[in-house]
Amino acid sequence: MEHYISLFVRSVFLENMALSFFLGMCTFMAISKKIQAAIGLGIAVIVVMALTVPVNSLIYNHLLREGALAWAGYPDVDLSFLGLLSYIGVIAAIVQIMEMVLDKYVPALYNALGVFLPLITVNCAIMGGSLFMVERDYNFSESVVYGAGAGTGWALAIVALAGIREKLKYSDVPEGLRGLGITFITVGLMSLGFMSFGGIDL
Amino acid sequence: MSMMREALTKPILQNNPIALQILGICSALAVTSSLKVTLVMCISVTLVTACSSFCVSLIRNQIPGSIRIIVQMVIIASLVIVVDQLLKAYAFAISKQLSVFVGLIITNCIVMGRAEGFAMKNPPVASFVDGIGNGLGYSVVLFSIAVVRELFGSGKLFGYEILPVVTDGGWYVPNGLLLLPPSAFFLIGVFIWVLRSVKKEQVEKAEFKITKNSRSVKEAF
Repeated sequence: MEHYISLFVRSVFLENMALSFFLGMCTFMAISKKIQAAIGLGIAVIVVMALTVPVNSLIYNHLLREGALAWAGYPDVDLSFLGLLSYIGVIAAIVQIMEMVLDKYVPALYNALGVFLPLITVNCAIMGGSLFMVERDYNFSESVVYGAGAGTGWALAIVALAGIREKLKYSDVPEGLRGLGITFITVGLMSLGFMSFGGIDL
Repeated sequence: MSMMREALTKPILQNNPIALQILGICSALAVTSSLKVTLVMCISVTLVTACSSFCVSLIRNQIPGSIRIIVQMVIIASLVIVVDQLLKAYAFAISKQLSVFVGLIITNCIVMGRAEGFAMKNPPVASFVDGIGNGLGYSVVLFSIAVVRELFGSGKLFGYEILPVVTDGGWYVPNGLLLLPPSAFFLIGVFIWVLRSVKKEQVEKAEFKITKNSRSVKEAF
């Protein structure tokens, strides 16, 4: 149990997707003007990551990795080069399915998340989560915890940035820095702040 | 011909993918601490963008609108797999250093953005050139950041010593912050500032304007 808790905390704070690995930056910069929108997107990312990382872990361990097809009678086949294609396929499919399920059963949530769902397919944080899972060789239960943790970390970061930007728009920023420029510098400072978690060893 | 030239040169400064279109920032930050890695990344992204734009544009009239994203994804992912396998075969050390970022070219918004925004509406050759142009725009930003980070962070360029550092008996005290990831944010921020001071039309409008203080100085005291 302790192992999973420390994995969760590590993926939220120490290895924050947005502020330590800079994944999902495009949406991070583009959809962080309003707190409300940032919360919606953040929740969508948590859900999608908590689903896609474990599913991709199953696919990698039982279909793609070297010797994984032994159960089908092909012990020498190594399909790991197909990894990238299948991960992105799984992500796109899960986002699509989630959109349909939400539309049918939870229309209120669908209306809240609707616009953000298609954006998530091309969010590098989701893809990055699956790739890190493969690189670090997480097993199934670890990948569930890691997916949820990494999603939470990303959501936390974007909500924090949106909060700062909502205040920032009243400030008098030099002309050339206005908008995108000052956002970059703000994120840089936030990322410095998150580096202070780096000393914690779990 | 002039249209081709425009497609090639416009994204470099006037319509830069990173500084103006907010595309492809993720990898710009993570791979810029050393020039060699940056160079490999730039070449890969430029090639993938150009080739995927070309392929998407070839079949643009056959793709049904509702599944175009998935079709584009499959094309891009296949190209990235080729790049990934090539790097693993011929430059294993660098591919280890780039780790997941080669795979993340798939979700690099530049590739997707150009396929969706340009290649779906234009003929193949023009799309190819546009892809190269945007790749170059991306490379310009990455390179200028990587040069600053490597030169002042470790006193080297491409691994060759330029500024002799103190630990090796030289005079230059390296700035450790530049090797840490947050410095890339500051550098991109400054890059945008410089670019927009030269090209005023890129400055964003302020959402709120602070009015001048209406009270006179005497009144205030």
